[in-house]
Amino acid sequence: MIVELGHYALVLALFMALLQASLPLVGAARGHPAWMALADSTALVQFGLVALAFAALIHAYVTSDFSVLNVVQNSHSTKPLLYKVTGVWGNHEGSMVLWVFILTLYGAAVALFGGALPPPLRARVLAVQGMIGAGFLLFILATSNPFIRVVPPPPDGDGLNPLLQDPGLAFHPPFLYLGYVGFSMAFSFAVAALIEGRVDAAWARWVRPWTLAAWCALTIGIAMGSWWSYYVLGWGGWWAWDPVENASFMPWLAGTALLHSAIVVEKRGALKSWTILLAILAFSLSLIGTFLVRSGVLTSVHAFAVDPARGAFILLLLAVAIGGSLTLYAIRAPALKLGGLFAPISREGALVLNNLILATGAATVFLGTLYPLFLEKMTGAAVSVGPPFFKATFVPLMVPMLVLLVFGPLLAWKRGDLLGALGRLKLAFAVSAAAALAAWHFTTGGPIGAVLGIALAAWLAVGTAVEWAERVKLFRAPLGESWRRLRHLPRAAWGMSIAHFGLAVLVAGIAASAWQTERIETVRPGDTVDVAGYAFRFEGTEPVQGPNYSAQRATFTVTREGRTVAVMHPSRRFYPVQRMPITDAAIRTNGFADLYAVITDPGEGGAWVARLYYNPLVPWIWFGAVIMAAGGLVSLSDRRLRVGAPARRGAAVKAPGAAPA
Amino acid sequence: MRRLLFLLPVALFAVIAGYFTLGLRGDPSLLPSALIDKPAPDFALPGLGGKPGLARADLAGRVALVNFFASWCAPCRTEHPLLMRLAEEGKVALYGIDYKDKPEDAARLLAQLGDPYRRIGVDREGRTAIDFGVYGVPETYVVDAAGRIRYRQVGPISAADWERKLLPLLQKLGAS
Repeated sequence: MIVELGHYALVLALFMALLQASLPLVGAARGHPAWMALADSTALVQFGLVALAFAALIHAYVTSDFSVLNVVQNSHSTKPLLYKVTGVWGNHEGSMVLWVFILTLYGAAVALFGGALPPPLRARVLAVQGMIGAGFLLFILATSNPFIRVVPPPPDGDGLNPLLQDPGLAFHPPFLYLGYVGFSMAFSFAVAALIEGRVDAAWARWVRPWTLAAWCALTIGIAMGSWWSYYVLGWGGWWAWDPVENASFMPWLAGTALLHSAIVVEKRGALKSWTILLAILAFSLSLIGTFLVRSGVLTSVHAFAVDPARGAFILLLLAVAIGGSLTLYAIRAPALKLGGLFAPISREGALVLNNLILATGAATVFLGTLYPLFLEKMTGAAVSVGPPFFKATFVPLMVPMLVLLVFGPLLAWKRGDLLGALGRLKLAFAVSAAAALAAWHFTTGGPIGAVLGIALAAWLAVGTAVEWAERVKLFRAPLGESWRRLRHLPRAAWGMSIAHFGLAVLVAGIAASAWQTERIETVRPGDTVDVAGYAFRFEGTEPVQGPNYSAQRATFTVTREGRTVAVMHPSRRFYPVQRMPITDAAIRTNGFADLYAVITDPGEGGAWVARLYYNPLVPWIWFGAVIMAAGGLVSLSDRRLRVGAPARRGAAVKAPGAAPA
Repeated sequence: MRRLLFLLPVALFAVIAGYFTLGLRGDPSLLPSALIDKPAPDFALPGLGGKPGLARADLAGRVALVNFFASWCAPCRTEHPLLMRLAEEGKVALYGIDYKDKPEDAARLLAQLGDPYRRIGVDREGRTAIDFGVYGVPETYVVDAAGRIRYRQVGPISAADWERKLLPLLQKLGAS
């Protein structure tokens, strides 16, 4: 009964979305306040209905209702409760419901908190949101219905892929989707602005918080995914340039560019049509990211089940959403008024450079991800593009951007003083040179690029600190004056400094991962393996019983210069329902380096193949990402964004909906 | 001129969408093997429980199916009845390679469900599987009389796969 209710709620939500997508648009064009207001109520009702459907699906999972096909395929009665809940989005159908749930959540947020928005703009934004919602609901109901019953119900389910039974992965998809779907807001605002034919500072100020929120969630989502692959897959690495990872990284790059270009629109009124294009691209890449791995266009290790009917539907959806918005862009964007002029060396100039490099980076990743498809269709050759391609193309692109990043905030708007900025960065230059020398001295082996990476991280960190010190006139004004300035520093400025500092930490972690030490050995109880000065002694294994698996748990005693530093228990689990073995890595971190142990294949006489790693600074990759997201959140709490945009200039003289539509 | 610039994004997208459409046509489960029409990799594997093993030379002279399986692999069980039927009909030479498995487990499986293979090679380390480019078990390769790989089946062979893909190919190659 509850299942049918959920199904029915989804159907109703589809009709609500169609209503939301049509009438408010007409209302905005003709100036009917009541029709425009319909956008708010339909958005709220649609959210309620999708929430109901989502709750019904969760209920089916929690109560192990095996008369539902989706539950049978992805759950099992012995699964721990947490994974019964998270299993809802651990599969294609359920994750699409989560997607729409988040989409309608954003729509409801605009309806509730968008009071300060001019009514025609709000109506149009919500109408575009309604179109996206309608497309997705139709997709779910037509090709990916999670509420299909199975007769007769089997006694128990097939279980969830053991790799997904992990707290890190349990919350990875919701964050990722909060990010992906968050960009739908920027998209809706962009399309609404194109319909209105007007982009101004108020518009940019409205787009920024949504983009920031989406960007923070996506940053966390990607970091969680990378962390999961690091500690669950047991390969000692944290990023493989797999199509699925790239799919989440491309919208992040475009979103980062959008975040920066929207500042220029807001402060200087320039880069309008470029910002609109970025908003469309960020969401388009999110759509492609969501779908690429489900459509069967690309094969990937963590692809969802593939279905040709689904693929065709997805393609149609992409064509309408992306093709439609880009066509609208081609028609309307040339008419947008050009904004303020600026010299090449200026804050605007630096942000343009940032945008160019980030956009090129996104294009590079896109090309690398889809190149196998392009080549196969042209020549029939099957190739795979791996990490070497991305290391040779993406990394060199990012280096100049990171070097120049420090200059941007030090330059003035309109016309900047490059020599002055260089002079103020003497300290950053000295520290990064010292960091390079220290890295060179204390490490052996490792590529020269890693040493340069450390120098780059130091340059970023100190450069960001210098800019912050400038703002508060540290040591230049009396301390009391600096304190006063510190307290009045806008949250947005704090956010920028924190996020840039987080990037420095991230870069250090990435650079240092080149100094990873890896040992793969067959060990017998009593054997000792030396890994970067740490002695791992294998004590043996013992059988352990988990809730839905059995495991062999190994014990390694790790000593350094005779002193015991850690006792580690990597294990190898066997999940009988899926008949699938999983390695469970043991990781011991001190914040500066990880000791990492995995046991893989059992040999004869108690011997095991062990993979042992020493990973310097690897935790900094995730610290850096978390600091960056925290910077975004601080910026999001800026008073300017909370209070909302000031009324549009001239809005009072214009009748609502007088803009061309 | 400026207008043309604004048309560029949608034009680019049209090209990409075209490729996506073409991409949908191909069957992603095919995972084209790099070894199609190339000689099968050389191997010589020990047998199961004292029986003779399997080497590349054993395949020579006739069309053969080489099936990678394992006792721990659930999908292998779904294709097992089909393999048994092929063995009974005896029209095609079916060889097995036991992938990353304990020989005693494999022997127990075959004792339970029946042994459809003419010969079995035990690939404990998975080296031969790497040479063939195996993604995961089960996987089946069609090797022609000249010793070249002609087709690769990823995943269990369903009745439809057999009727539509494997059987026509085998008939073309003159196996039955």
